[in-house]
Amino acid sequence: MSEGLYSMEAKDFDKTLNLTKIKPYGDTMNDGKVQLSFTLPVPCGAEAVEAAKQLLKEMGLNNPSVVYYKELTPGFTFFNCYGSCTHTVNYSSIYVPKVESNVMSMPDTDEYIRQHFGRKIVIVGASTGTDAHTVGIDAIMNMKGYAGHYGLERYDMIEAYNLGSQVPNEDFIAKGVELHADALIISQTVTQKDVHIQNLTNFIELMEAEGLRDKMICCCGGARITHELAQELGFDAGFGMNTYADDVASFIVQEMDKRGMK
Amino acid sequence: MESKLGLDFKKVDYARSLAGKIATEVQTFVEQYTTVAVERTLCRLMGIDGVDANGVPLPNVVVDALMEKDVLGEGVLFFLGNAMIATGLCPQEIAEKVATGDIDLTKVVTTDRKRLMEVLQPTIDSSIERIRTRRQRREHYLETIGEGPKPYLYIIVATGNIYEDVVQAQAGARQGADVIAVIRTTGQSLLDYVPYGATTEGFGGTFATQENFRIMRKALDEVGEEQGRYIRLCNYCSGLCMPEIAIMGAFEGLDVMLNDALYGILFRDINMQRTLIDQYMSRIINGFAGVIINTGEDNYLTTADAVEAAHTVLASDLINEQLALMAGLKEEQMGLGHAFEMDPMLENGFLLELAQAQMTREIFPKATLKYMPPTKFMTGNIFRGHIQDALFNMVGIWTHQGIQLLGMPTEAIHTPFMSDRYLSIENAKYIFNNMKDIGEEMEFREGGICRTRAALVLDNSIRLLEEMVSEGLFTALEKGIFGDVKRPKTGGKGLAGVRMKKDNYFNPFIELMKGKR
Repeated sequence: MSEGLYSMEAKDFDKTLNLTKIKPYGDTMNDGKVQLSFTLPVPCGAEAVEAAKQLLKEMGLNNPSVVYYKELTPGFTFFNCYGSCTHTVNYSSIYVPKVESNVMSMPDTDEYIRQHFGRKIVIVGASTGTDAHTVGIDAIMNMKGYAGHYGLERYDMIEAYNLGSQVPNEDFIAKGVELHADALIISQTVTQKDVHIQNLTNFIELMEAEGLRDKMICCCGGARITHELAQELGFDAGFGMNTYADDVASFIVQEMDKRGMK
Repeated sequence: MESKLGLDFKKVDYARSLAGKIATEVQTFVEQYTTVAVERTLCRLMGIDGVDANGVPLPNVVVDALMEKDVLGEGVLFFLGNAMIATGLCPQEIAEKVATGDIDLTKVVTTDRKRLMEVLQPTIDSSIERIRTRRQRREHYLETIGEGPKPYLYIIVATGNIYEDVVQAQAGARQGADVIAVIRTTGQSLLDYVPYGATTEGFGGTFATQENFRIMRKALDEVGEEQGRYIRLCNYCSGLCMPEIAIMGAFEGLDVMLNDALYGILFRDINMQRTLIDQYMSRIINGFAGVIINTGEDNYLTTADAVEAAHTVLASDLINEQLALMAGLKEEQMGLGHAFEMDPMLENGFLLELAQAQMTREIFPKATLKYMPPTKFMTGNIFRGHIQDALFNMVGIWTHQGIQLLGMPTEAIHTPFMSDRYLSIENAKYIFNNMKDIGEEMEFREGGICRTRAALVLDNSIRLLEEMVSEGLFTALEKGIFGDVKRPKTGGKGLAGVRMKKDNYFNPFIELMKGKR
């Protein structure tokens, strides 16, 4: 390990930041340092280490270094590795669609609703399909909220209905109609084999078949959901990691206003 | 026993007596009813297995036929016994003829209880013997190759494919795991039947089927013998098929079952009457089969706040304990649940967790306590997550937990990779060894944070239990006392499968399994 403590690698590369050609940063601009771990389905030994190094090179990593390896069970070896990335990306040309709304605080959103609609708005949420996890929908809807962001139930001007998990899309929509929902929000936690894509697509198809798609705001959320994916699937917005009830509420009320919903 | 936390055991006794009252009220209700799941379990105990031409499990075929005629309250054994006498066929053959429409069970000549018992007795005895043999097989393994020290290291496999699960499970056992839980596919808890045969497709888990149980049991026996350590197999006795899963597990040698009296009600919206009736029969079977049950109180803290709601966990543990005792489970078989779920940013949160874990240990000294890792505040920052799991492991060894459900650094990202399990097991083994006797070395300061916390949680539990004694468990659940989840008594799934027991009803297995060992 000792020779690794102080890097003696020559640093004869351009050390100025170029946003059209960015690469990972370890401790020096453009050193490209990447840390990764993975398992190869081969027995432990010198050949396994060499295989890992060659794989790193195939990934575009120079100076591949295997710093730790261990056989997990016969025939499977785990590696911790470092390397210097040779690829770059053009940061300055990147465009990512985002939810276009100003994120407002809870009191501001309540006030916005009073001024623009003069009534409580109704939001119905659930984790639909086979997904048994309520953690996402609870984080957005429960009174307590998550990570210091109060949930929709706490908003004075929002009537929030959390239907829980494993709600069939048909029942969810029926409940939304019954409650005169202004917005329907779906959380998806299980994403194995893209089961969430099938379920969200099914929801939008049902909404369209019922002629309801234009009458309600439809949002989805979850750790693996992006706004781009949500829009592709026909939703008005998608909320991924690090978004909270305020993001969802702000979007819904502003989108309702934009659409002239009363 | 002297309390390291200075707990007032008179208060503990009082809390336990309150939980006893609540459980007795539930039990009085439960004993008047049966369910489709209980009756399907009796079918399986009579040797009925397999599926019909449409892939419907034969126990469902038989029970559905009785539901259609609205006579299930008389009990499936009444009809099966009469049909055996009338036709001379065995229960499996009768079930096959029900499936093809060749027998209408309700049109068979009926006879008296004595005659019925005579014809049923040999099959009853052989089922009981089958389960006993399985239990003795485990006991023999434990006596010969032995087991890992407590806390047992518990890991999950969840590939969806039972054969891939086997690879993962054997790898985990070689790395040091003592208990392998095969996570069920999402949604299985709401199926009112148990799928049949080996399965290779599931979402976020693998179907619990009797054949899958058999495949995994065999794999764990192999690796257990190789490692010189018995490896326990865990599955899920919850949802709409609680007692059926229990009997399949008893037949195939499962060792640990998630088997909570309230979990399905709160977190799967299963009707509370249905679940409470089903849990009784499932726990009787688990008790007889020597299975350790795990309860699900940890889940309350994923929806409610772990600091504010700590007393609901203790209250529920006490109720679960009383209901389990009524089903004939020994204390050692009770994996009462609790969890390390406080916000990691909380000042002195570790001390509060430590206090609660020690408190749970002292209140249930014989129980094989099930301790759940952090999940709610696992963020995708795998590096911090690994440290959160380390703190959790410290509390586990410090307070002598029974089963340590290992947290994975990649919790909230994906179902565990082989390497995630390795890192987690390494984490736990390092800490369990390095801090082995810390619980014996350290004392809790009088008037300090830990003692104060434990006393507060106990007091709050007592207040909650008192409230529940005056209202009853059903009303308490309707009010959302556990996990902030409200459930109406007649709401949720599965109520249609509940029937009041009628004059001809009998279920000899209850007494047989509770009475004999």
